Amino acid sequence: MTDVFVRDSPLRRSYLWQGGHTLRSWLLSTDHKRIALLYAASITLFFFLGAVAAALMRLTLIDPQGRLMSAETYNKTFTFHGVVMVWFFLIPSIPATLGNFLVPLMVGARDLAFPRLNLFSWYLYMVGGLFTIACLLLGGVDTGWTFYTPFSTMFSDSHVILAVVGVFVVGFSSILTGLNFIVTIHTMRAPGMHWYRLPLFIWGIYATSIVMMLATPVLAMTLCLIGLERLFGVGIFDPSLGGDPVLFQHFFWFYSHPAVYIMILPAMGVVSELICCGARRRIFGYRFMTWSLLGIAFIGFLVWGHHMFVAGQSMYASMAFSILSFIVAVPSAIKVFNWVSTLYRGTIDFHAPMLYALGFIGLFMLGGLTGLFLAAVALDVNLTDTYFVVAHFHYIMVGGSVMAYLGGIHFWWPKITGRLYSERMAQLAAVLMFIGFNLTFFPQYLLGYMGMPRRYHQYPPQFHALNVLSSIGAVVLAISYLMPLFYFARSLRSGASAGPNPWQAAGLEWMTSSPPPEHNFVETPVVTEGPYAYHEHEEQA
Amino acid sequence: MSVVRLPQASSFAPSIDHMFDAMVILCGVVAIGVFAVMIGMCIVYRRGSKADRSIPVAQQMGIELAWTLIPFLLFVGIFAWSIRLWVHLRSPPADSLTIYVVAKQWMWKVQHPDGRREIDALHVPLGKPVRLIMTSEDVVHSFYIPAFRIKQDVVPGRYTQLWFKATQAGNFQLYCSEYCGTNHAAMLGTVSVLPASDYARWLVSVTAMTPEQRGRQLFVQMGCSGCHDPQSGIRAPDLHGLYNMPVHLNDGTVVQADDAYLRESIVFPASKIVQGYTPIMPTYQHRVDEEGILALIAYIRSIGPAPPAASQDRSSHD
Amino acid sequence: MNAHLAEHFDDPPQQKEAAMLGMWAFIATEVLFFGVLLAAYIVCRWRFPAGFADGSRHTDLLLGSIETAVLLASGCIMAVGLREIQLAKQRSACLAIVITAALGVAFLVLHGMEYVDEYHEGLIPTVRYLQNGTDADSMEVFFCLYYVITGLHSLHVLIGVVLLLVIAERTRRGHFSPHYYTPLEIAGLYWSLVDIVWIFVYPGIYLAGHSA
Repeated sequence: MTDVFVRDSPLRRSYLWQGGHTLRSWLLSTDHKRIALLYAASITLFFFLGAVAAALMRLTLIDPQGRLMSAETYNKTFTFHGVVMVWFFLIPSIPATLGNFLVPLMVGARDLAFPRLNLFSWYLYMVGGLFTIACLLLGGVDTGWTFYTPFSTMFSDSHVILAVVGVFVVGFSSILTGLNFIVTIHTMRAPGMHWYRLPLFIWGIYATSIVMMLATPVLAMTLCLIGLERLFGVGIFDPSLGGDPVLFQHFFWFYSHPAVYIMILPAMGVVSELICCGARRRIFGYRFMTWSLLGIAFIGFLVWGHHMFVAGQSMYASMAFSILSFIVAVPSAIKVFNWVSTLYRGTIDFHAPMLYALGFIGLFMLGGLTGLFLAAVALDVNLTDTYFVVAHFHYIMVGGSVMAYLGGIHFWWPKITGRLYSERMAQLAAVLMFIGFNLTFFPQYLLGYMGMPRRYHQYPPQFHALNVLSSIGAVVLAISYLMPLFYFARSLRSGASAGPNPWQAAGLEWMTSSPPPEHNFVETPVVTEGPYAYHEHEEQA
Repeated sequence: MSVVRLPQASSFAPSIDHMFDAMVILCGVVAIGVFAVMIGMCIVYRRGSKADRSIPVAQQMGIELAWTLIPFLLFVGIFAWSIRLWVHLRSPPADSLTIYVVAKQWMWKVQHPDGRREIDALHVPLGKPVRLIMTSEDVVHSFYIPAFRIKQDVVPGRYTQLWFKATQAGNFQLYCSEYCGTNHAAMLGTVSVLPASDYARWLVSVTAMTPEQRGRQLFVQMGCSGCHDPQSGIRAPDLHGLYNMPVHLNDGTVVQADDAYLRESIVFPASKIVQGYTPIMPTYQHRVDEEGILALIAYIRSIGPAPPAASQDRSSHD
Repeated sequence: MNAHLAEHFDDPPQQKEAAMLGMWAFIATEVLFFGVLLAAYIVCRWRFPAGFADGSRHTDLLLGSIETAVLLASGCIMAVGLREIQLAKQRSACLAIVITAALGVAFLVLHGMEYVDEYHEGLIPTVRYLQNGTDADSMEVFFCLYYVITGLHSLHVLIGVVLLLVIAERTRRGHFSPHYYTPLEIAGLYWSLVDIVWIFVYPGIYLAGHSA
């Protein structure tokens, strides 16, 4: 307990000590770094809840008859998995933890613009989470995370209202977080930190925040209408009252497609930081990288209809949504090429964050390329609502966002806690995760190609072997997700002191001590150069 | 591994598979290329290697534009290819055989033109275009035959359609692919493709009332004829020769009397009022189910022009 | 004047810029909230023109028009209040804000009277809906949307009234001066949002059907 780190007290000069160490001092803290840790703890909890649901599903699917659980239980399990992973893990993951911690540090501010609003957002998240857990404990909900009407409004006899209220509340948390970031990035940059000197992580968070603010209200109101329809028979989506279920799908995807970008844009920001540090190079094509982030955020609002090619929208609407979906893939392609080019003439270290970043590029690319199949309407007709789609979005969401999130956690862990972790173990976990992920989800592309529909708890025998393979992959994946819990716990107890900049990384967050003091910087920093000035550092070394 | 190619059992299957294969090759080449470059760089520029590390330019407009425009043009090409197939997928030939499908938690009910009905099974003739007109009694379902490469959501409150031409005799799996509640995974069916002569024999092997006959029966039973019969005293639009003809509405617009219009007029009679009539018809929404509505439409389609004596009462075509 | 500066800001202009931008961003999200409802309204109106026109004719055009006048007048007086504080006239600024809040209350009372009338006429779906013409079903959809939209708007008015009363009290106590009046300006922005939403609601719901 009395190791050098505590005695020598970088800890005593940090936010972890200065703000007090009662539970109350954490729960009422308005320090963005403490709020980031509150989020980190709560989303980790939700991640493992969602992961247990996924494990149960994979276990059920080992058997073609799905005898492990009843159809009803299986339906509730995948609904819970979807709701929790989308709204309580992926959407808040990078913005609310890494974003909260790093945005003020990276722009050289002492806190976010509205610190109390920030704490309030976390409480909203928790209230939403409690509704969701209450829903689970009372028997769950079986509508799928998409809440399609009229099933959710008239036919399901599960706890739809509780689930909808939970998502509604957590939506406000997301709106307020986005608002806070936008105002902070606009008004609180340090002297000399003009827009084109911002790290790409900040650009990623900025683009994400715009989407959060402008798309989430649509979801909130749509869920409100579902609630009213279920409780009072308001007939806006119910065909028996003259409403239109396809209108619901338009509203839902108007939010939920941009929501995909809420999950992936911050991940792109994280990976840009990781690649530059790992290759010790300035990012290739900085301005194209910033504009492609904004381009994805903007065009992302116009492609929702590609979820509805076979839902009954007009043939011409589908054509328009198809070409727009191809166009939104262009900026993503630019990003992949720029990341790879950044490696050119670099000095590449294969530390754990870099392994995650390289893994991200590979998996995100595979997810993106299979997205092209789905954007091509004629191919989508056959592939949509099959396991091909399941595999596609898991490559983006898990292979992309989760890899980037974990890469980011490994990269900034020394900054957040002031401690180092076991590099060996972390590298092993990253490699295992890449293998386990592909083993789990690549077979699902093949299943989809062979025509296995989604959300089936039992299936014809020709799909058996691939499902077993996928479940075996899930075991490997589960092990690789559990490993960080152990070596991070050990790092917290007895990790070596990290020092302010263990990676010799560029960026304002590395110029202050680790962990940072309560107000981040002893003196307001002054910025004199663009981001990622690694080559200068490297030459000095 | 047991990856098997789906049978190519419809006229769409070869062209869609062709495009799919082309995409696999294109995307495979891109993926392998990017992986190769990435791994190559990782090896050449690993820390401690003796590679040239003089500082490269950090941005080159030419390169950036190249990898913006080349993917864009490729995407436009793929888009054009898929659109050609898509229009084909959405354009049923005029001589298609029309079969009605009603989905319901958790079964498929099929109504053939000559009256034969079946559940969770669909018999179709080989080599003849078939058009399915589908609706749902309850929630959204999706009609999916992987061997035909076709899928269409079946939505309550509206008619969606789908067409195909089976090119291979045999039995193929039908799935519901839009999540529809507890027994979604059990909402399966079998599509049997029969040679045309066998199909004709199959149709008549069970004698059943044709949809027109059932519709006529309902028309009388539910009292429709009390108003819509030209001889009745009550002013309601005459339905003779109405099907697929233009109808003038009292707000000045003209609509076509297609299936969707007729369904809406039965379920929500007040929403489109024929010119010169008052909205006095009650809704039949909860009095007739989707199959009954289809039968009524079949009956309305079957009745030709009105007998000359009664035609003075018509005003919808002036 | 630095008493108003929170410790994480460098100077008062930065703090004011942050507060104002935050409010504008909030207004952008509010526009989307109401935007969905108005989009739903437009789609349903297009599906059921007759029922919706009939529904509009059942709304109280006179009360609706008075409400519009009340709300627009209140917006104008709020702007006067802002001007007065910029001229360092705390007392008249306070008076203007109180009048704005009072007009907000008047709007709520008038709207409440509409709701009571509609209750007696049996126009409130699921609570008391006594219509049974051929249009009754689609008119019910109209009234559902009418209550969701006007209900959400009235909720915003109510929150605005509370906010204005708090601001009025702070003005009375002399918290604001020509050098610092950001909360007052923000409350004014919020009140403009309430006004502007109503400017879309009034013609869309009250006027559109009466013309037919």
